[in-house]
Amino acid sequence: MELNNIIGFIQATIRMSTPILLASLGGVFTARVGIINFALEGIMLVGAFMGVYGSYFTGNPWMGVALGAIGGMLTALILGFMSITVKVDQVVAGTGINIFAIGLTSYLLNMVFGIGAKPSAVASLKAWAIPGLSKIPVLGPVLFDQIPLVYIAFLLVPFTWYIIYKTPFGLGLRAVGEHPRAADSLGINVGLVRYIAVIISGILGGMGGAFLSIGHLSVFMEKLTSGRGYVAWSTVTVGKWNPLGIMGASLLFGAADALQLRLQAVGIKVPYQFFLMLPYILTMLVLAGVVGRTVAPAAMGKPYSREGK
Amino acid sequence: MASEVVLAMCNITKRFPGVIANKKVNFELRRGEIHALLGENGAGKTTLMNILYGLYAPDAGEIYVKGKKVNIQSPKDAIALGIGMVHQHFMLVPTLTVAENVILGMKSSPFKLDLEKARQEIKELCTRYNFQLDVDSKVQDLSVGAQQRVELIKAFYRGAEILVMDEPTAVLTPQEVEELFRILRQFVESGKSVVFISHKLWEVMRISDRVTVLRGGEVVGTLNTKDTTKEELASLMVGRPVMMEYDKVACTRPHPLLILENLRVKGESSASSLKGVSFSVHGGEIVGIAGVDGNGQKELAEAIMGLRPVEGGKIIFAGQDITSWPTRARIEAGLAHVPEDRHREGLILDFTVAENLVLDTYDKPPFTRGKVFYPGEVKELGRRLVKEFDIRPPNPEALARYFSGGNQQKIVLARQLSRQPKFLLAVQPTRGLDVGATEFVHQRLLNEKQRGVAVLLISADLDEVLLLSDRVLVIYEGRIMGEVIPGQVSYTEIGLLMGGAQVAERSAG
Amino acid sequence: MEVKWGKWVLKVERKPRVKGTVPALIGPLVALSLALAVSSLVIALSKVNPLVAYQYMFYGAFGSVRSFTETLVKTTPLLLCGLGLTIAYRTGLISVGAEGQMIIGGLFTTLAGLYMGWLPGFLLLPVLMLAGLIGGGLWGAIPGYLKARLGVSEVINTIMLNYIAYYLVAYLLDVPLREPPGYFPQSAQIARQGWLPYLLPGTRLHLGVIIAFLSCFVVYFILWRSPLGYQMRAVGYNREAARHSGINVEKNMVLAFTLSGAFAGLAGMVEIAGLHHRLLGGFSSEYGFDAMAVALLGKLHPAGVAIAALFFGALRVGANMMQRSVQVPASLVFVIQGLVILFVLMDELLRNYVIRFLKPHMEEESHGAQ
Repeated sequence: MELNNIIGFIQATIRMSTPILLASLGGVFTARVGIINFALEGIMLVGAFMGVYGSYFTGNPWMGVALGAIGGMLTALILGFMSITVKVDQVVAGTGINIFAIGLTSYLLNMVFGIGAKPSAVASLKAWAIPGLSKIPVLGPVLFDQIPLVYIAFLLVPFTWYIIYKTPFGLGLRAVGEHPRAADSLGINVGLVRYIAVIISGILGGMGGAFLSIGHLSVFMEKLTSGRGYVAWSTVTVGKWNPLGIMGASLLFGAADALQLRLQAVGIKVPYQFFLMLPYILTMLVLAGVVGRTVAPAAMGKPYSREGK
Repeated sequence: MASEVVLAMCNITKRFPGVIANKKVNFELRRGEIHALLGENGAGKTTLMNILYGLYAPDAGEIYVKGKKVNIQSPKDAIALGIGMVHQHFMLVPTLTVAENVILGMKSSPFKLDLEKARQEIKELCTRYNFQLDVDSKVQDLSVGAQQRVELIKAFYRGAEILVMDEPTAVLTPQEVEELFRILRQFVESGKSVVFISHKLWEVMRISDRVTVLRGGEVVGTLNTKDTTKEELASLMVGRPVMMEYDKVACTRPHPLLILENLRVKGESSASSLKGVSFSVHGGEIVGIAGVDGNGQKELAEAIMGLRPVEGGKIIFAGQDITSWPTRARIEAGLAHVPEDRHREGLILDFTVAENLVLDTYDKPPFTRGKVFYPGEVKELGRRLVKEFDIRPPNPEALARYFSGGNQQKIVLARQLSRQPKFLLAVQPTRGLDVGATEFVHQRLLNEKQRGVAVLLISADLDEVLLLSDRVLVIYEGRIMGEVIPGQVSYTEIGLLMGGAQVAERSAG
Repeated sequence: MEVKWGKWVLKVERKPRVKGTVPALIGPLVALSLALAVSSLVIALSKVNPLVAYQYMFYGAFGSVRSFTETLVKTTPLLLCGLGLTIAYRTGLISVGAEGQMIIGGLFTTLAGLYMGWLPGFLLLPVLMLAGLIGGGLWGAIPGYLKARLGVSEVINTIMLNYIAYYLVAYLLDVPLREPPGYFPQSAQIARQGWLPYLLPGTRLHLGVIIAFLSCFVVYFILWRSPLGYQMRAVGYNREAARHSGINVEKNMVLAFTLSGAFAGLAGMVEIAGLHHRLLGGFSSEYGFDAMAVALLGKLHPAGVAIAALFFGALRVGANMMQRSVQVPASLVFVIQGLVILFVLMDELLRNYVIRFLKPHMEEESHGAQ
C-alpha cells in the first residue's frame, strides 16, 4: 500500500474519531458522577441538526457548531431532569430521549427544508493547516491539517484529565460518583454537580454531532448519527472512564470507520456492508473482553436522594 | 468544670410516612461533657442527630448553638457551626486517599488543589491525638478501625467543637473501643463536647457523663451517669423490666449434622477469606459465631449455602458431601438460611407475602403440578402462615415492602421454618428490629434447637451470641481463633480472640 | 420535594399507594395525554392546528374498514415485539434489541420459505413460524449469554446487534439473495403455500393478527401460570434474593432473552409471511423500537401491551394520512413515542404524588397530622 494511502487513512481516522471523542469526553463527566448517559445518541443528533441549521441560516459553520452545542445541552438537560430530579431509570430515559430526538430532528428537517427534500449544500467547516507544523513530512498533513474542531477535541483530552484528577471540582465529581452520600455529608451539592456534568456532556456531545453534519461533509440525514452516540458511551467504558483511555478507544473506532472507506477505495473485494458493521462488532468484542476487569464508579445508575437509602 | 450549654435542641419533631421519628424532643449538651444518647433501634437517636447535621429538616422545633438560634439546612451549615458527625456507616469515598477524603468539599478555588498543606495538617492532627494513619493510602485499603480514625480526622480538620458519634463501636474490637474512648476523653478535655449515640448499656455506663434515653421517638429521661445503673437505663429504654437471660435448656446433641473440614474460601478481601475453617454443629444445639463484621462471617454463610465457591476443604451434611451442591439442592436437603440483609437477600419486596413464602418451594406440588403454577395454593399457604407466625397486618396479599422490619423478618422465618429444616443458619437475625421482634426471633431459634434442629448463629452483637448459644466460636481474619462457653468466659478474653490474639483454648463442653 | 415561592410553598408529596386496576390505568392515560399535548406544540410549529392534525390521524387510522385493517396490520408486529420485551423487562433486563431480532427472524423465515418451499402448506407454515422463533431467539440469546456470563451491558449489546443485523441483511439482499433480474434489493418471493392466509378480501389483513393476539395469552400463561414465570419475575424484582433461594439467575436471564427474541422473531416471520412475502430491506420499519414504548405504556402486562400496540399501530397509519392531508411530517410519530416513554417513566410521580399549594409555613404547622 502506498504511503499516500496510509497518510490518507490516518488522517481520516483522526477526523472520524473526533465526533466520538468529543461525545465520550462529555460522557465521561456524566459517568464519573454516576449517570448512565444513553442520551448521547440523541444529543449528537440534535447537535448535528442544529449544526446544519445554524450554518444554513447564518452562512457561518461555526455558528452551526455553537448552536449544536446549545441544542445538545438542552437535550442533555432533559436527561438530567429525568435522572436527577425525577429519579427514573436512566437507561430507559436515555432511550426515550433518543427516540424523541430522532422524531424531532426528522420533523424539523422536513419542516424547514420541505418534506422529502435534502438541504442544499450548507457551508461546512474548513480545515486549517497550522503554519509550520503542517509542513513536517508525513506527520504534518496528518496531524496538523485538520478542521480546528479536531484540534479542540484532542486538546480537550489532557484538559479533561487535569480537571478530573487535579482539581477540587474533579475531586467532588469523583466523590459524587463513588459515594454520593459521603459527598453530601460534607456539604457538596450532589444534584448541582450532576447537573453540571450533564450540561458539559450536552455541550461536547452537541459539538460532536455538529462535526458529523458540517465537518467536512455538509449534509444532514435522518438518523445521521447511526449509533455513534451509543458507541461513544461504550468508549467511556472501554477507555476505563479515563480521558487518555477514551482517546485511545475513540481512535480505534475512528479507524474502523475510516477503514470502511479506504479499503473500498483500494479495491479490496469485501462487501461494504461488513465494514459498516465493524464498529458495532468491535464494540461488542471489546466490551466482552474488557468488562469484568474494570470497576465503574460505584454509584453508577443509582439516583440519589437525601432522605432515601 | 464549666457547665455552659453549647447546644440545645428544643421541641424537635420529625415525621416520616407512617411513623413519628422524633416527638417534641429536648436535648441539651454542655461544654466538656460526653453525653450519651441511648435507645433501642428505631428510637429516633440517629434521626435527631441527622437533623442536627442538616441532613433532615425538622417539622417543628428549634436549635440553639452557644445560645444563638440557628437554621441548619445542610451539612455545610452544620460544619460551619462547628458540628462534626461520624456516621454509623462511614461517609468515606473508598477509591480516594485519606487526604483527599479529608479535604473533600472544603472551600477552595475550584481549580487548584492544595494537597500538600492538607497532608501536613493531617499529620499534625494524628500526632496530637497519638494515632497512626498513612495519609496517602486509599481508604478502601484501610482497616475498619483506621477508617473510623479518618472520619475523626475529617471532623477535627474542620474545627469541630461538637462531635457526634453514631454507634461507633459496632465495628470495633474491645481493644479498639478502648483506643476510641481515650481519643474522645482527650477531645473533651480541651473544652469540646461529644454526643455519643449507642444502644449498648455498658458503653454508656463507661464513657458518658450524662445520658438521655429515647424511646419511641420521645425523651424518657436525662440522667447523670454516675447516679444511675445499667438496670435502670435498660428499663427506661424498653419501658418495662428487661429479661437479661433466657432459660437455656441443656442441649441434646445427638450427632453432628453439619461438619466443616478445613474450609478455604476466597472472600471480598484477604482478611475475610476463610483459611481452613473446621467445626461442626450438632442437632439440638445453637453454635454461635462471634466476631467483628468483615472477618469472614459473610463468606462462611455463603459457602455453607452454596452461594460462594469453595476452594478447598469439605462441607458434610447428614453424612453427605455437599461441597459442590447447588444452593437449591442444599435447601431441599434440609438447610435453611435467614440472611443478613432481609431487604436485599431475604425477601422480594415487590412480591406479596404469599409469593415470598414459596420462594424455595414454588416449583413443587402443590404449587406447581405438571408444568402449571397455581397461585391459589400459594395464597392458601399465605393465609395459614400469616396466622401461625402472627404477621401483622394479617394480609398475605399485601406487598412485603409495606411491612415493618420485625414483620418482614417473620416472613423470612416463616418461609424457612415452615419447611421443617434440619439445619438453620441465622445471620444477624435481629439487626434493626425492636425489642418485641427481637424476642420473637430469639424464642423461635430456641424452639428450633429444642426440636433437634442444628442452629448456627452468626452475629456481630456479642450479647446476642452469648445469650443464645451453647458454644461460641470466635472468628478473626477467616480463622476460628477459639471456642468458648458463655458464662465461663470474660469479655476481655473474647475481646482478645476477636482482636486476633491467641488464647489458650478452654475446654469445650 | 418543596419549592418555595415567596411565602407560598409548593409541595410534592407521596400519596399512600392504592392497589387495583383502575388506578393503574391512570398513569398511562395521563402520560399519553401529556405526550399528545406536548406534541401539539410541535405540530403548532408547522402552523397547523393540532386538533385538526389529530383528527386526520384518527380518521386515517379508523375512518374506514380499509384503514382499520391497516391499523391491525401494523399492530401485529408491534404487539409481538412488545410481548417479547415484556418478558425481558419483567426479568429485570433492558432489551432494545427487538428490531434486530425481528430482522433475523424474518431472515430465517425467508430462507425457510425459499429453500423448503416444496413442503405442503400445513407443514410449511409451522416450519416458517419455527424459523422465525429460532432466528429471533438466537439473536436474543447472544446478548443474554454475554450478560449472564460476562456481565456485559445487555443494553449496548442489543443495540449493536440491531445494527449488525441490519447490515447483514442489507448485504444478503445486495448480492446472494437478490431477486433476479436485480433491480430492487429484495429477495425472491417465498413459496405460495407459506403465505399467511388473508382474513378479509380486499385488505391486507392476515392471520398474523390472530397469532399476535393469541400470543398475549401465551405470554400471560408463561409469566403468571408457570414456575418459569415465577422465577423470571423473582429475578426481575430482586436478583440477590432469588439467588439466595437457589434460583439460577444466569439461566433465567438467558432464557428470558431467548424468549424475548423469539417473539420478536415471530414478528419478523409474520411480516414476511403475511405481508411482504419476501425479504425487503428495512421491512422491520422500526417496529422494534416502537415496541419499547408499547411495552412500557402497557405496563408490562399482555392486556395493556395489546391496547398500547393498537394505539401505536393507529398512530402509524394515521400519521401517513396526516402527512398527506396537512403536511405535518409523519416523523411526529417518533416525537410522540419518545414523549410517551418519558412521561410513562414519570407516571410514578404523576400517580403517587399529590401537588399541593400551601399557605405560608406557620399555618401549615397547625394542621398537625399529615
